[in-house]
Amino acid sequence: MTDADETVDILAGLTLFADLARPQLEAVAHTLEEEWFTGGQRILRQGFSGTGFYVIVEGEAAVRVDGEDRATLSRGDFFGEVSILLGEPPIADVVALRPLRCLFLAGPEVERFLLAHPRVMYRMLQAQARRLRNANRWRS
Amino acid sequence: MAELAERPFPPGDYPVVVVGSGPGGLQVSYCLGRVGVPHAVVSADPAPGGMFRRFPIFQRLLSWTRPHAPYERTDRYYERYDWNSLLAEEPEHRGLAATFMDGSSEFPARPEMERNLAAFAERTRVAVRYGCRWTATRREGDRFVLETTDGEYRARLLVFAVGMAEPWKPATLGLDQVPHYAETRSAADYAGRRVFIVGKRNSGFELAEGLLPWASQIVLASPRPAKLSVVTRSLVGIRARYLQPYEDAVIGGGIHLIDASIERIERTAGGYRVVARSTMTSRELLFQAEAVIAATGFGTPLGDLAALGVQTFNQGKLPVLTPYWESVTVPGVYFAGTISQAMSGLKKHGVPSNSGAVQGARYNARVLALHIAQVHFGIAPERPPVAPDRVLGHLLSEATRGPELWHQRSYLARVLSFGPAAGIRDEGIWPLAHFVDAPGPEACAVTVEHTAEGEMRPALYVRREGRVEEHAMATNELLDFETAEHRAELAGLLDGLGGWHA
Repeated sequence: MTDADETVDILAGLTLFADLARPQLEAVAHTLEEEWFTGGQRILRQGFSGTGFYVIVEGEAAVRVDGEDRATLSRGDFFGEVSILLGEPPIADVVALRPLRCLFLAGPEVERFLLAHPRVMYRMLQAQARRLRNANRWRS
Repeated sequence: MAELAERPFPPGDYPVVVVGSGPGGLQVSYCLGRVGVPHAVVSADPAPGGMFRRFPIFQRLLSWTRPHAPYERTDRYYERYDWNSLLAEEPEHRGLAATFMDGSSEFPARPEMERNLAAFAERTRVAVRYGCRWTATRREGDRFVLETTDGEYRARLLVFAVGMAEPWKPATLGLDQVPHYAETRSAADYAGRRVFIVGKRNSGFELAEGLLPWASQIVLASPRPAKLSVVTRSLVGIRARYLQPYEDAVIGGGIHLIDASIERIERTAGGYRVVARSTMTSRELLFQAEAVIAATGFGTPLGDLAALGVQTFNQGKLPVLTPYWESVTVPGVYFAGTISQAMSGLKKHGVPSNSGAVQGARYNARVLALHIAQVHFGIAPERPPVAPDRVLGHLLSEATRGPELWHQRSYLARVLSFGPAAGIRDEGIWPLAHFVDAPGPEACAVTVEHTAEGEMRPALYVRREGRVEEHAMATNELLDFETAEHRAELAGLLDGLGGWHA
């Protein structure tokens, strides 16, 4: 059992939302929806359109391409934004490895959300930059 | 009345016990009965109808029924134009809602809806033990024990259709001392008063709309900006019927929509003082009002199910469910009615199912009854053969007018299997999430979906060699998917499936 205050506290503890004041965190808590997934359940499906943006609050998920696990995501990690930003279906499955608790934002709302919260957008950009740097390291 | 006086289903052992006598409980009981699953139904209420025995507060529904539609009321395809009737196999019991409406609105009045549900229960002989309140649940061996005010029921399976009509408030300081939406007094009691409504969803806007002729000022406040269904191009957001307060707000007509977190509510000599903080500027905002109403939503009366092991989410309001609406943590505990919205499905482009309303939940209940019959009672579903030259016509007809697909877009789908021995079979209506994620033979599923821009079109999911691929099909201005273009497109997508060719 949680309440809205708990969701606000959770958001405050995630890097993505670290720059937001409490009233903004409360607005975000009322904008994002909570979703639960069981172990083995697919959240993003490779090649399926119309996906959403997810932030992991609890649990772990695998990024799986053609049945092969490529990465593990955990608390504070987010996924789904790439296909929304590019308007393309995801190129990987994201599968819950055990019970997974996420916050969800519908794809069509992501642009307005990021424009309304530029500090969140900046944090997301930093995370993407880190992912890009790490990908380049692996290649070199 | 003699049957009622005798009260069916005395405490004892039953294969299945259904709890609830709202639309969800009635529909699942009707469907279990028709498919041959013996069960008992108990309800705390004295009569059928569930939440519609009381709500909506202003006595008119948000879901419509068109008495005059392109199809006869007894036709299955009429269901698309009727959001309020329960489903029946017998033509004479179909489309009952329209028969109770007086023609003054396409939105039935609450008493009309209540009579519609009571008539369904009576005419289809759905028996319920009324006045029997579920009080506790425990497990004994392979049985669940349901404690009630009438005694104990034992069953291998439980189906809870107890609605989402339990008033819910967040833990905001002082909010406990103001009435909830469910406790709103008659509109005339607010004459000349300043009314502060906590919440900017449909229940808040319903109150504002109903109080427009009475209140001297109305403020609606919550952290999140109001969403409008006409903007989201779905049923997400404030429905068109309640938009008058929104228009009044944007033209400065004495209604105020405030995006603010409510910090505390204090009693004053003349009413209330509300302390809030703007979510845009973080500035403190103060409001004086003679009346405050919490339009903060509803929860599910899940009783002690969490203690039984039922995992919940969304602040404990909903159970976590499988695609067939079974608790993921306590097998054998199922949910029907509005609670079935807890299984969100694929939620493409953020558009949820209509499982939170009668027009969606009624189909879930039928799918659930067939699932229970098959999995727990070995009752095989009908799987009528489909002639190879009928495949395209059948799928496109369903995509154009199948009520399950239109009311439960991206959520329920018509499934055809293409087996080497059994040939092509109509497998009926399935949860789409189950079709795309569960293993199975060569098959396809058709549903109706929204695009990101809000257009509606058929979507086809094809499973070949264990892998499911999604294919978005062309749309059509008149939503007619039986065109030559659609036939050609579908033939191409299905070509070779189980050896099938157009």
